[in-house]
Amino acid sequence: MSTPFLSVRDLRVHFSTEDGMVKAVDGLSFDIEKGKTLGIVGESGSGKSVTNLTILGLHHPDHTEIEGEILLDGQDLLAASERELERLRGNKMAMIFQDSLASLSPYHTIGRQIGETYRKHTGASKREARARAVEMLTKVGIPQPDLRVDDYPHQFSGGMRQRAMIAMALVCDPELLIADEPTTALDVTVQAQIMDLLKDLQQETGTSIIFITHDLGVIADIADDVLVMYGGRCVERGTKKEVLRAPQHPYTWGLLGSMPSLEGPVDVPLSPIPGSPPSLLNPPTGCRFHPRCTFTEQVGGKRCATDQPPLELTAGRGAACHLTAEQRAEFFTDFAGTRPN
Amino acid sequence: MSSKDPLLDVSGLTKHFPIKGGFPIRRTVGAVQAVDGLDFTVAEGESLGLVGESGCGKSTTGRLITRLLEPTAGTISYRGQDITHATRKELAPVRSEIQMIFQDPYASLNPRQTVGKIITAPMEINDINPVGGREARVRELLETVGLNPEHYNRFPHEFSGGQRQRIGVARALALEPKLIVADEPVSALDVSIQAQVVNLLQKLQKELGIAFLFIAHDLAIVRHFSQRVAVMYLGKIVEIADREDLYGNPRHPYTRALLSAVPEATADDTPARERIRLVGDVPSPVNPPSGCRFRTRCWKATDKCASEAPPLVRVEGSREGHLTACHYPEDTQTVPAVPKARDASSGPKLDKTTEDPKAGA
Repeated sequence: MSTPFLSVRDLRVHFSTEDGMVKAVDGLSFDIEKGKTLGIVGESGSGKSVTNLTILGLHHPDHTEIEGEILLDGQDLLAASERELERLRGNKMAMIFQDSLASLSPYHTIGRQIGETYRKHTGASKREARARAVEMLTKVGIPQPDLRVDDYPHQFSGGMRQRAMIAMALVCDPELLIADEPTTALDVTVQAQIMDLLKDLQQETGTSIIFITHDLGVIADIADDVLVMYGGRCVERGTKKEVLRAPQHPYTWGLLGSMPSLEGPVDVPLSPIPGSPPSLLNPPTGCRFHPRCTFTEQVGGKRCATDQPPLELTAGRGAACHLTAEQRAEFFTDFAGTRPN
Repeated sequence: MSSKDPLLDVSGLTKHFPIKGGFPIRRTVGAVQAVDGLDFTVAEGESLGLVGESGCGKSTTGRLITRLLEPTAGTISYRGQDITHATRKELAPVRSEIQMIFQDPYASLNPRQTVGKIITAPMEINDINPVGGREARVRELLETVGLNPEHYNRFPHEFSGGQRQRIGVARALALEPKLIVADEPVSALDVSIQAQVVNLLQKLQKELGIAFLFIAHDLAIVRHFSQRVAVMYLGKIVEIADREDLYGNPRHPYTRALLSAVPEATADDTPARERIRLVGDVPSPVNPPSGCRFRTRCWKATDKCASEAPPLVRVEGSREGHLTACHYPEDTQTVPAVPKARDASSGPKLDKTTEDPKAGA
C-alpha cells in the first residue's frame, strides 16, 4: 500500500487553561497503513491519549486549538463537520478505552449498548441489533452470549467488560481501531487473553490499530511499528524490531533500562531516568528531554537546551536527537552491555 | 532470640470478611474468603515478595500483618511474640518496628500537612526524641530518600508522584523499622520513576538491613527486589521458593501460566517462554472452588483436584525451601534452569490454549 490509511501531519493540540496554554501535542506526524498496528509508548502526560482523542474529534472545541492535518482515507478529519464525524465515529473508526467500567453505561444492558452503535449506523431494527450483539459477543469469546447479552456491565468481570468494549468497538467493522491502554487495568493473565483476541480479530478483519500503552512489553507483543512520545513530541519512530533492538534515542534507552526483566542479573540496580516528566504548561526549551538526559555534554555547547532536534526519518525510521550516528552507536553499545541480550 | 528465628512467622493466617444480608434482620449470609490459611516466614533483612492477581488476598495479607485488619484465624508472631490479637497497648512497641508503604502516593499523604509534619507524626505518636531534635532527623530522612531537606515546609501537592512516594518511604523509615510492608509501592508510578523508587528501596534494604514484605503484581519487579517469592491465588499460597527456583523452575501450573503471560520488551518473534493462556477469570472468593482453587482454570485438573486440596509441600525434584501446592506439579526439566533458550524449535511444545469446558461463565 502506498498511500497510508491514516496520516497525521504536524499535529499541534493546545489547551487553554487558567494557568496558561498546555501544549499537549506539539508537532506530531505519523502514518499508519491498513491492517497494521502502530504502538504509541509514552509516560503519563506525554500526549498520547490527547492525540487519539483528537483523531476521533472528542476534544472540547471551546478550549482546544488544533493545527495540522489528520487524513483518514483521504478525508480531512479536522475540517469535517460534527455531523460528518458522527457518521465516521463507531463506523469507520472506533475506540477502546482503558477503564471499561467507567466507559459503559451502568443503566443499559451490554446488548443494548453494543446494538446502539449498530442501529445508528446501519438503521437496523432492534431485533437485528440484538442478533448482531450476540454475534459480536460470540466473536470476542464471552461464554453463553445469548444469555449474557441481557446482562448489565456490573455483572461482568473486568476481563469480560473489556471484551464487551471490544465487541462494541468492532460492531460496525471499523477500519481504524484506537485502543487506549486497553489492558492496563487488567491482570497479566487476562491481559494476555485480550491481546491475543485483538490480534486474532485484526487478522480476520484487517483493521488498522493504534495501540497506546506505557508498557514496552505490551508493545513488543502487539505492534508492527512503534512511536515513542515524550513531552508532546515524537522522539523516536521505527519498526518494533528497530526500536526495541537498536533504540536510537536516550529516552528510549532510559525506558528500557528502567524495566526489570524476568531474565538477566538481579543484583545490579536498575538504571532509571533521573528527574520527572516535564510540565506541558511550561515545557523545557530545545529538546524536551534535555533536563533528564545524560548525554547533553557529549552533544556539546548548549545545543540541547536551545535547538529543538528535528525528527529526521529515513524509510520511517529515525530519532529526534542531536547525537551523531557514531556517538549513538557507541553509547548504545555501552548501554546494551549492561543489559542481558 | 537466636538469629536463626525468623523475624516474622505467620501460620494458618485467615481472614474472612462477612457478608451481611436479609431483611428485616441483617445476618451473616456468607463470607469473602480473602485469605485462607497462609504459612510463611520472613527472616531478618530479607525481602519476601508476594505476587498474585487482583483479588488474590495479597493486600489483605499486608494489612493483617500490620494489624490494620483483625485476623479471623491463625497466628502472627513477630520476634517470637504472638501479636495476632494483641491489644493496642501491647502492639505499640511492635508497631514502631513494622511500618507500611502504601500504593497510592496521592491518597496516603494528608494534603493539609507539610512534609515535615507528616514525617514527624510517627515520632510524636511514639514519643521519640532523637538526638538533635525531630526536625534534624526529618531533614536527614529526606536526604536519605533523595529529597531536598529544604522541602521540609512544603505540602504534598507540590511534589510529583515519585517524590510523594519518597515522602511515604521517609515516613516509614522515621521509626527505624525492622520490617516494612510495601503494598504495591511502585505500581502507581511511571516506568522511569518506578526504577528510581525500586533502587531507593533496594539501597535501604541493603544499607539498613530492613526486612521487606514486598507486595506487587509485577513479576519482573518482584524478581528484581525479593530474595524469596510467594505466589498467591485466591487467598492461598500456591508456591513459595527462592527467587532462582521460582523463576527458573516453577512447579505450580499457575506460576508457569503467570510467568508466560508477562509481556517482555524483546523484539524476538519467538517468545522466551512457552505461552500458556489461561481461560476465564479468577473465581469469586465468596464461593471458591472445592479442593484446589486453581482447578477451574488448570489444564491438568482431575477429579482428585476437585475433592482434595493439595498441601503446600516440597514436591519431588524441588530444592529445599521450594514448596508447591499441587497434585500434579510441572516437570523440572521443561523449563531450563537458566532461561536463555530463545530457540523456538527446542523444548517441547505444549498447546495449552485449548479451551477448558469447566472454565468461563
